[in-house]
Amino acid sequence: MYDVTRDSDVDTKATKLSARNVQVYYGTTHAIKDVDVDIEDKTVTAFIGPSGCGKSTFLRCLNRMNDTIDVCRVEGTIQLDGEDIYDERVDPVQLRAKVGMVFQKPNPFPKSIYDNIAYGPRIHGLAKNKAELDEIVEKSLRRGAIWDEVKDRLDAPGTGLSGGQQQRLCIARAVATEPEVLLMDEPCSALDPIATAQVEELIDELRQNYSVVIVTHSMQQAARVSQKTAFFHLGNLVEFGETGQIFTNPEDPRTESYITGRIG
Amino acid sequence: MTDATVHQPSASASKHAHSLLAADARTRKRNAAERRFRMYGIAAISVGLIFLVILLFTIIRNGIPAFTQTYITVEVELPEAKLDKKGNRDIADLKKVSTFGYAPLIDNAIFTKVQELGIETPFEKPKKMRSLVSASAAAQLRYMVLENPALIGTTVEFEVLGSSRVDGYMKGRVTRDSVARDKNIDAEHFDIVDAMAQDGSLARIFNWAFITGADASESRPEQAGIGVSMIGSFFMMLVVLGLSLPLGVAASIYLEEFAPKNRLTDLIEVNISNLAAVPSIVFGILGLAVFIQFMHLPQSAPLVGGLVLTLMTLPTIIISTRASLKAVPPSIRDAALGIGASKMQSVFHHVLPLAAPGILTGTIIGLAQALGETAPLLLIGMVGYIASNVPDGIAGGFLDPNSSMPAQIYEWSKRADPAYYERAWGGIIVLLLFLMTMNIIAIILRRRFERRW
Ligand SMILES: Nc1ncnc2c1ncn2[C@@H]1O[C@H](COP(=O)(O)OP(=O)(O)OP(=O)(O)O)[C@@H](O)[C@H]1O
Ligand SMILES: [Mg+2]
Repeated sequence: MYDVTRDSDVDTKATKLSARNVQVYYGTTHAIKDVDVDIEDKTVTAFIGPSGCGKSTFLRCLNRMNDTIDVCRVEGTIQLDGEDIYDERVDPVQLRAKVGMVFQKPNPFPKSIYDNIAYGPRIHGLAKNKAELDEIVEKSLRRGAIWDEVKDRLDAPGTGLSGGQQQRLCIARAVATEPEVLLMDEPCSALDPIATAQVEELIDELRQNYSVVIVTHSMQQAARVSQKTAFFHLGNLVEFGETGQIFTNPEDPRTESYITGRIG
Repeated sequence: MTDATVHQPSASASKHAHSLLAADARTRKRNAAERRFRMYGIAAISVGLIFLVILLFTIIRNGIPAFTQTYITVEVELPEAKLDKKGNRDIADLKKVSTFGYAPLIDNAIFTKVQELGIETPFEKPKKMRSLVSASAAAQLRYMVLENPALIGTTVEFEVLGSSRVDGYMKGRVTRDSVARDKNIDAEHFDIVDAMAQDGSLARIFNWAFITGADASESRPEQAGIGVSMIGSFFMMLVVLGLSLPLGVAASIYLEEFAPKNRLTDLIEVNISNLAAVPSIVFGILGLAVFIQFMHLPQSAPLVGGLVLTLMTLPTIIISTRASLKAVPPSIRDAALGIGASKMQSVFHHVLPLAAPGILTGTIIGLAQALGETAPLLLIGMVGYIASNVPDGIAGGFLDPNSSMPAQIYEWSKRADPAYYERAWGGIIVLLLFLMTMNIIAIILRRRFERRW
């Protein structure tokens, strides 16, 4: 039913992020219920599920972006390379430099395209001089599949780009800080098929070095880019396994009805 | 879908709906309501505009005369025999000659001029000319001589400040009838004024002294100016800006971006909103109790005035700063945090620049409010004090007793002489010019820094 191209090279990877018994509450709303997930290094993991099931919420737990929401409470343990990221000694700022994020809605800074990309490397001291910074900017924009469109107007404001271009700019910005894990919340929802293909290519390339977690509403996309897929439903992790397995032979009836379009 | 279910649209539509070319009853009613609402709006704005025009017209008509002043230009002889009996130009000796020594010189000069011009007058003594000139004229002449003793023994051309009656006559405020019972001046004096005005030696010229000068005593309105109280206002604004901008912005950033949302911060928030609504005179009495009676800061000092106005301006600045911080989309904060910026970096690198135009506008509007505020100054002694000296130096500017522009205007409007009434209106024009300038700066800053996102 879905064209699953890559599979079965996943068993040997080390675990990058592991979540155990994760509960998330927004005030009294129980948004994530008892989720266990292992996200492997050098792997693309897709989160799928109907709208409002908690994909974004869970994703935001992985780099503690939920800390910024006052009513949000996270329980359970999430470990990055074996270290608990919710330990009180952990500085979330340091964590987020390692676990980057691309948001559902493109949100470039109202600054020049160049400064959008250069901001992360600057605050993390990744470039020693202007030449190095220029290099990082160019490399990141190329990886974001947007270099050719903006190379002549790096001084133009990033907010002046089209929606899809803005999203690729945000991807380039996230990549520029060289995170170890990249969290992407529906990165292609504002993109045309060509840009989508470029981003998917980028994700595939990133997989060589990083682990990528992508939330998507497109089954085809999940099937194309991911090696592992997690299906969420009403705050529960219903099924988690190899993408090929989930799409061709799901164990849970809810998964099956979702991917065949009966719930959602 | 099959062909059978597709109807001819016109056939079915004509059954259910009117023609689009004529509005149905419901639409007509809705349109009428809309038109009525527009009329209300236009009416409200027109009423406002009419009042504004009347206000501006009255202010300008009453205030403009304050910007010209009548001067009499005459040749004044400065005889050595009167001013420097010893003849050695020793400044200490020169100072011994008081204004009483100088006043007759001016009288003589004017009397000579009157005779030169062949003006018919019943007055036989030069002393009678004194009604024409300001009581301050002799002091000004003396000052000029002490500055430059070489003038003694020569004849100098001197612009004598006319008395307020003469000035009023030139401006149409005083008439021959109205001075019938005035013991300061007689109607015959105005014959001289008329003739001299014809000759050109008496004329209304632009009144710099009004803009740069100090207040004067009750009896010499012609000498009073708003300049020194302008300096008082300036130093107060320095205090207000220097304290309320950093305090207000820091407080707002903390409350908006860092403070936990709990009972305490809710309470603080409510209190700030309440403070903004507290009548300004209450801040005045607070300032009197705290700054003057408890901390023993000098009375009537712009420093104290500035502190009181800071208390008053802070809530305004905090409220407008918080509003502009709130208006920055949260996605910008997320974007910064998402690539590993700290909270503070995200605020200072991204949020604050976007909020800056709003903060600046709020600050300038707060300052403009403070600039025009009179009531709290009543209580700390800045009203009623006659600001007659230009403060020397920065410390003096903050600590020497002074007035402020609105307090000065209030003071003038209380005085009996109609010449002061004119000056009060003139002062209002100066104050309005300042306020307008500040508001224009606010608009320009807003335009310049405003960015889209
Ligand atoms: N800031 C918040 N405050 C309160 N409740 C929230 C908040 N954010 C999300 N929720 C609730 O948590 C649940 C999960 O939301 P979440 O945004 O994670 O869904 P999602 O799976 O990402 O949906 P979508 O596919 O539409 O983006 C929803 O019921 C939502 O109402
Ligand atoms: Mg979401």
